[in-house]
Amino acid sequence: MLQIEGWKRVLIWATCVIGLIFALPNGFYSKVETYNDSKVAGLDAMGWPSFLPSGLVNLGLDLRGGAHLLGEIKLAEVYTTRIEAFWPEVRNVLREERATIGAIRQQDGGEGELRVRIGNSDAMDSAMEAVRSLARPVTSLTGGLTDNIVVSAIGDQLIVMLSEAEKLATDDRTMAQSLEIIRRRVDEAGTREPTIQRQGIDRILIQVPGLGSAQELKDLIGTPALLTFQTVVGQTGNPNGSAGIGNELVQSAENQSLYYILERNPVVTGEELTDAQPAFDQNGRPAVNFRFSTTGARKFGQYTTDHIGEPFAIVLDNQVISAPVIQSAITGGSGIITGNFDVVESTRLSTLLRAGSLPASLEFLEERTVGPELGQDSIDAGKIACIIGFAAVLIFMAMSYGTFGIFANIALIINIGLIFGLLSMIGATLTLPGIAGIVLTIGMAVDANVLIFERIREELKTAKGPARAIELGYEKALSAIIDANITTFLTASILFVMGAGPVKGFAITLGLGIITSVFTAIFVTRIMVVIWFEWRKPKTLEV
Amino acid sequence: MRLRLVRKHTTVDFFKSWKIWIGISAVLVVLSIVSTLTMGLNFGIDFKGGTTIRAESSTAVDIADYRAALEPLGLGDISIAEVFDPSFRDDQYVAQIRIQAQEGQESIASDIVLRVEAALQGVAPGISFPSVESVGPKVSGELIQSAALAVVIAITVVLIYIWLRFEWQFAIGAVGALVHDIILTIGVFSALQIKFDLAIIAALLTIVGYSLNDTVVVFDRVRENLRRYKKKDLTEVLNLSINETLSRTVMTSVTTLLALVSLFILGGDVIRGFVFAMIWGVLVGTYSSVFVASSTLLRLGVKRDWSKPSNTDGNQFANIDA
Repeated sequence: MLQIEGWKRVLIWATCVIGLIFALPNGFYSKVETYNDSKVAGLDAMGWPSFLPSGLVNLGLDLRGGAHLLGEIKLAEVYTTRIEAFWPEVRNVLREERATIGAIRQQDGGEGELRVRIGNSDAMDSAMEAVRSLARPVTSLTGGLTDNIVVSAIGDQLIVMLSEAEKLATDDRTMAQSLEIIRRRVDEAGTREPTIQRQGIDRILIQVPGLGSAQELKDLIGTPALLTFQTVVGQTGNPNGSAGIGNELVQSAENQSLYYILERNPVVTGEELTDAQPAFDQNGRPAVNFRFSTTGARKFGQYTTDHIGEPFAIVLDNQVISAPVIQSAITGGSGIITGNFDVVESTRLSTLLRAGSLPASLEFLEERTVGPELGQDSIDAGKIACIIGFAAVLIFMAMSYGTFGIFANIALIINIGLIFGLLSMIGATLTLPGIAGIVLTIGMAVDANVLIFERIREELKTAKGPARAIELGYEKALSAIIDANITTFLTASILFVMGAGPVKGFAITLGLGIITSVFTAIFVTRIMVVIWFEWRKPKTLEV
Repeated sequence: MRLRLVRKHTTVDFFKSWKIWIGISAVLVVLSIVSTLTMGLNFGIDFKGGTTIRAESSTAVDIADYRAALEPLGLGDISIAEVFDPSFRDDQYVAQIRIQAQEGQESIASDIVLRVEAALQGVAPGISFPSVESVGPKVSGELIQSAALAVVIAITVVLIYIWLRFEWQFAIGAVGALVHDIILTIGVFSALQIKFDLAIIAALLTIVGYSLNDTVVVFDRVRENLRRYKKKDLTEVLNLSINETLSRTVMTSVTTLLALVSLFILGGDVIRGFVFAMIWGVLVGTYSSVFVASSTLLRLGVKRDWSKPSNTDGNQFANIDA
């Protein structure tokens, strides 16, 4: 007969109450947000009772406003740098074999290659053998050990490349380093709760809430900020001129038609800076003050002592920003970079230098910015739409099913509370399509109740008495409810796995909505019907 | 007095003119495919790459002025459309500007956005840009792939689930209805040239879920009635099942539509396309679960001997009680 055991009743009500308590903070959003902020800041948090949960539903960027960037790190660039670093070692081992292999000369290789031409191509095998001796073991994908370099030969040219296992290991390092640098840069900009995460092999997702424009963020993140101090060999106006082996041609930032011939091997790099601050030079123009680390200071001091009267170039991201003549030895470990800056640029440059340079360049694949006002408009519109839609459904249900409709309505209200409770508990993000998911859930949540009520109506026709009809109604509607909701839940799961960004938000609210609506329909309304039945003991029933 | 959308006892013969219904569906499906092939879909930047800028100003939008201001920048194909919404303030004028993906770059370069913004500030002083979105060709290609994959996976999973819980004829019927709904939805997006973006894929999958929900409820009843009336002919059983569940079908569609229509009217222009897709999907999904799914089932015929309960028995959840 119509009965629910006591402990089950307690369990059902307790679930509802706990869910609603978790949903509660969202009703006082800004209050709780301030409370949480001061708690994070370690301040004396006020304004919200500490015994209550203070988790909130995160608002997605489309609701709160902010910038979303998806960048791709050019991993292959690092291979070239890495393999070129092998040149001194390769040169040394080959020189020892000079007797058999003849003269050696570095050639311009393709990307990620080190090419060496040897005088006596008949001795290529022994040259390759010599270079192979430089290989160090790395863990391969299969778990075994393999060499970190691959040596091959074409004609009289010996080619050294990184092995696949070494490339993978390099990729991981590059990504970790890039993430770290980007995190530091975003933190330097002082924005709130940024999300910075790796996606796939070579991508980084950056989300910064509350930021009005992505441009600023892009400029901050997207610049490699690779700073080097290099020896100047000469100047030319010809962009295609030959720089000579070991040298490179670098354009001047101030004068586009001027090219500097620089020694490729830098004297000091930006990695050896410990601090950089925006400043002004003696003429009052914006500049950047920097300070070297101890080793950097020693190298730079030594270099400037040896090269007084010669120019050296300060190169930033493949452009010579200035090429001053060394007036005196700079041994103090600090210096100033002047160039064609304005204050904004000098501030940004110093931020970038402090945070460090990206190991490889970053290309943006996707960018979305939503202003906070538009987000607020969306929240407001969504709120009104939810309330009106909700009210319409409540009225419609009450008119269609009377007392039972009221029960379904109470369950529906609890259902919405539970969705928010769950969203807060798991710290999910609510997006604009997520709101649509909730509205859809409102409409669909009554479905389970409708199935049951319609079934009770049918069972009443066969006149087994109201208690039996209610019982049969619940029992027989169950398989349809379960099947129908499992299929919808499956599609929500697929959306969650495959979807990106806002679509994921929709999948979460839809999926949670299905769970809570099934719970409220088969447990919560049932308990209400049973209590009502025990109280009124009706002889006839109208559903 | 209760509100009743469907009379207490209905005996509509849904299969009397099944040829007409299948005919209408077939024509609509063909029209949708033709429309999609000839007119194409109005792909948003999610799938095509490019940049959209939402511009808001307190003076009326003059599309010709905007266009004239942007023309000299040489950014290729630019589309400008004014957006209207009842929730806008009286002095709020919104335009949506779309710029094609630029040659040789993924996401749009900062300086192009700045130049576009400066040019527009020239014609409409005080104009603001509450949202700028840019998607590169690489990502948009992947997005379209994973979206198509999501739809295909969803349909496959559903096919398998229904096959396991019912019989293969039911699975074919349900999936036939699903494919019908998806084609019709894509068709209406093509015919009306409504922007087709990532959110619409979410809507499509929701339609899959909803339409299925309806179909499964009808099928569940068919299964039950097949057990109960072993001698009745299949058409009769199907008709009876649809009639018995008709009240529920209509009730659920109406409550869902009530909520969706409210979101459509009041929810703002940003998600209007998305909500439109779902409203359309609810209508088509309700229709298809009755006419397409059941007609298919009728054509395929089903196993009539349900007396031996198998592990796919419909009441396997029936012993769950509260």
